[in-house]
Amino acid sequence: MSDNHNQHHIVPLSTYYTIFLALMVGTALTWWVATIDLGAMNNVIMLTIAVTKATLVVLFFMHVKYSSKLIWLAVGGSIFFLLILIVLTLNDYMARGWYTFG
Amino acid sequence: MSNGAAVAHDAHAHHPALAHHFESLDAQKEASVLGMWLFLVTEILFFGGALTAYMIYRTWYPDAFAVASSEIAILPGAINTAVLILSSLTMALAVHAAQTGERGKILVFIAITMVLGAAFLGIKAYEYHEKYVEGHIPGLGLPFRFEEEYYRPAQIFFSIYFVLTGLHALHMIIGLGIMTWMLVLTRKGVITPEYYAPIEISGLYWHFVDIVWIFLFPLLYLIGRHVHHVG
Repeated sequence: MSDNHNQHHIVPLSTYYTIFLALMVGTALTWWVATIDLGAMNNVIMLTIAVTKATLVVLFFMHVKYSSKLIWLAVGGSIFFLLILIVLTLNDYMARGWYTFG
Repeated sequence: MSNGAAVAHDAHAHHPALAHHFESLDAQKEASVLGMWLFLVTEILFFGGALTAYMIYRTWYPDAFAVASSEIAILPGAINTAVLILSSLTMALAVHAAQTGERGKILVFIAITMVLGAAFLGIKAYEYHEKYVEGHIPGLGLPFRFEEEYYRPAQIFFSIYFVLTGLHALHMIIGLGIMTWMLVLTRKGVITPEYYAPIEISGLYWHFVDIVWIFLFPLLYLIGRHVHHVG
């Protein structure tokens, strides 16, 4: 994270290749995990891998790691509101039938 | 007064790509990147809404979703995941070439990115055709074939499948349009190491579409696969 002095940060090509390999390994790992029965953990592991892959793309391919605090705020804000959207909606759907008050 | 300012301005040599309301090319690029990110924020919440619909229906019909998801062949989806990740790499390499001012490389890497994007859409079209052959397209008056127990919730799963993959494919098509535009800008010589924001923010869009697929692949193709070993 840095302010304006890093506007023209050029990411070394080796970083791009490493991230590419990590993404491919992550894809293979997701497929492999899907074929073995881990009960409720299957989906947790697959989504954890997906979130990790997305984070790598955002930080390195999309240069957020080298961007200003303002960009971090935009990215962080979008994740925050995405979580509000998903968590609070599911919270309501899962808990609505539990109790009736009054 | 305004005349004097204009004269003073003309006396000031500046980069042809620098718009008048920006102090510097750096400030201009920061504004472009922020603007693209703000657009992507709306995109994240847009796809987030569709994914929330997926999650709610999956909590309602977990078995139907597992069975219906297992009907989708993994291989084309996995190949497409690899194709998109590779296209993200070539996009990143195009931005790198723009930063170092290698115009030939920008053109080559954007062209490869476009070929990979087109390959993705081709494989997607093949998959859609498979769904048609298997009778897995809900609505449109087409015959929907599925085991009796999950007949209706399976249609919900495939409706969500087509909405999510369809919206994603639409983004890919728009991405191909943007990349064509970038080829033209680069050929015209507009893109330089001092001014490469168009390539950079087009890349942001392309990577975002890649990220959407990174989530769609496990959610649509792999969920419930460990329970129902079909295909």
